[in-house]
Amino acid sequence: MKATRSMILVSSDQESMDRGALEVFETLQKQLVTFGLEEEISISMVDDISKRGASPLILVYPDAVIYGPVTPADVPFIVEEHLYKGRVVESKQISPYDLSGRVAWLSSRKGTLPAEHRIVLKNVGLIDPEKIDEYIINEGYEALGKILREMSPQETITTLKNSGLRGRGGAGFPTGLKWQFVAGAKGDKKYVICNADESEPGTFKDRLVLEGDPHAIIEAMMIAAYAVGADEGYVYIRGEYGLAISRMGKAIEQAREYGLLGENIFGTDFSFDLHIHAGAGAYICGEETALIESIEGNRGEPRPRPPYPTTAGLWQKPTLVNNVETLANIPAIVRNGPEWYKSIGTHSSPGTKVYTILGNVNVTGLIEVPMGITLREVISIYAKGMKDGGSFKLAQTGGSSGSIIPASLQDTPMDFDSFSKAGVSLGSGALLIANEETCVVDLAKVLLNFFRNESCGKCNPCRIGNQRSFEILTNISEGVGTLQDLKDLQMLSDQLYELSNCGLGQTAGSPLKDILAHFKAEVEAHIKLKVCPAGVCPMSGHRTY
Amino acid sequence: MTVEVKEGQDIQKVVQLLIEHHGHEKSELIPILQEINSKFGYISDDAITEISERMNIPSSHIYSVATFYRMLSTERHGQHVIQFCESAPCHVAGGRMVWERLQKELGLKKGETSEDEKWTLLTTSCLGVCGVGPVMVIDNDIYGNVTPEQVPDILSHYS
Repeated sequence: MKATRSMILVSSDQESMDRGALEVFETLQKQLVTFGLEEEISISMVDDISKRGASPLILVYPDAVIYGPVTPADVPFIVEEHLYKGRVVESKQISPYDLSGRVAWLSSRKGTLPAEHRIVLKNVGLIDPEKIDEYIINEGYEALGKILREMSPQETITTLKNSGLRGRGGAGFPTGLKWQFVAGAKGDKKYVICNADESEPGTFKDRLVLEGDPHAIIEAMMIAAYAVGADEGYVYIRGEYGLAISRMGKAIEQAREYGLLGENIFGTDFSFDLHIHAGAGAYICGEETALIESIEGNRGEPRPRPPYPTTAGLWQKPTLVNNVETLANIPAIVRNGPEWYKSIGTHSSPGTKVYTILGNVNVTGLIEVPMGITLREVISIYAKGMKDGGSFKLAQTGGSSGSIIPASLQDTPMDFDSFSKAGVSLGSGALLIANEETCVVDLAKVLLNFFRNESCGKCNPCRIGNQRSFEILTNISEGVGTLQDLKDLQMLSDQLYELSNCGLGQTAGSPLKDILAHFKAEVEAHIKLKVCPAGVCPMSGHRTY
Repeated sequence: MTVEVKEGQDIQKVVQLLIEHHGHEKSELIPILQEINSKFGYISDDAITEISERMNIPSSHIYSVATFYRMLSTERHGQHVIQFCESAPCHVAGGRMVWERLQKELGLKKGETSEDEKWTLLTTSCLGVCGVGPVMVIDNDIYGNVTPEQVPDILSHYS
């Protein structure tokens, strides 16, 4: 396969096929030949873009222009004007908004919005994830070749350490250091695990990487395996992600066919093989020791630590567990060097971060931007402002590891250290942005409902603390709360943090802490005045608990 | 399914085929339970007993695993299973109104199965398609940007 100057994608979902997508595709092929462009421009059909009423669509890269609905009769003109002469055919061009599917969001970014900085999502939406050749031509497996030929395992780890990469699963632990621990652990057998059990509410960045660029994860896991001395790996993908599981399965098969997975890779002593383990629906399995228990065939209940997985993980062997987004950074770091990586983002948190933008804003979806951007910038630039002229009230940064962030913190740079200084957490990168119609009691109730359902139940502070917090919040939302409830919520939040066995319980209390710190007056209004200022809570006067 | 199951094949035979395919390692327990669940809609006591004998795993362990994970069920569900996302992003995007309408249309509450065994109504945590919330899943079909008004129409697609 060779490089092309432009790429065309034709939608091939069911609606597009019913409306003649295949004919459009064939006409395009013929027209490219007519203009002598067939060597310069590649063309593929992709089944996961659609826009109701505008099918079939064609997308032209790198311009990211979308045309639809396109008939075979439109094709000659589009090819001549846009691809031959370089002029966009505005009469057939449509807006990227309301498009659904993998490519949709990505295409909307170019040209219309300030540039993102894409490392993790470099290939997503631009290559066919089911073709290994397309990955290879985009610098794929180059980093693997480089370390196997030119670098020792320790040099690989040093590169990672120098890059300053920190884990993107939520905790922000330095990745190179984790690798060093596993490399230094005693053991004849070691494992590498990719944590793709993405279940933080509002987060779907890992899904997009798995669906759009699965080979990047395979390559990164092999680099990690070489560095720490492992020869076997697992990708633990949450069971609900059917497409991601199937694409990763195909990618592994193709890598095996190409001799990239297996024995004596690239003629070296390094061997590595990879398996997929599909989750069965449990948020807690994103916690690394619970994930390991689950692979072993047990309930996903976190283990007490120490020992950490780096010394005694899967089947008690030293095990490296890294998040999808963390891994997706690694091939680029190896290719371009640690200094390049450190030049992006902030001093303490180099690199980019992928955010999912959700809630009451004009544009929701996925962006990848350098660490250190502020919430205000995300809302005004990428999300195109609050929906229906609403005003920004708070942002929830996603799942157990996140925080409720008030408007007063919207100019804090979003990186691990600045957020931690401000007493909040970046979490998984979900940014649920809410307007003044959102009630903090109601939001905290929804979050605690999530935690009480997802607590594995093994330790008391988490199992009982989350249930009791939910009950108190329910009472407050029904207008039967007391001022003592506020003290109890604070106490429960502290106890969850201090006494829980794992990260789920330790962070489950943070919504309580956050609403009491930033929105106490609103909570008190429910109790003292029996009024929900946002008009959301039922305030029925009935006591359920 | 990695193992072809013929119509009417009994659970003992299915378990045997699955174990032949996956092997006897305990790490294969969850993949085997997932396949049984997707074929039969739930994991019956008979299935647990059969797996226990063939894999030499205590049935108490199998039961504890089968009841831990949300995608596995030890109870028989209705013909169609509806899962409604109750996580914060869908909630903020208007999920509460859709949920109320859904309960009203079906006459069911969370966790209930209709008398004619057509519907089971469940809630679920985030499904990772938050860009199009509120989200509900019926069997394997995902519906995004659902409004309360669309609920009767969506339900009418299932006979």
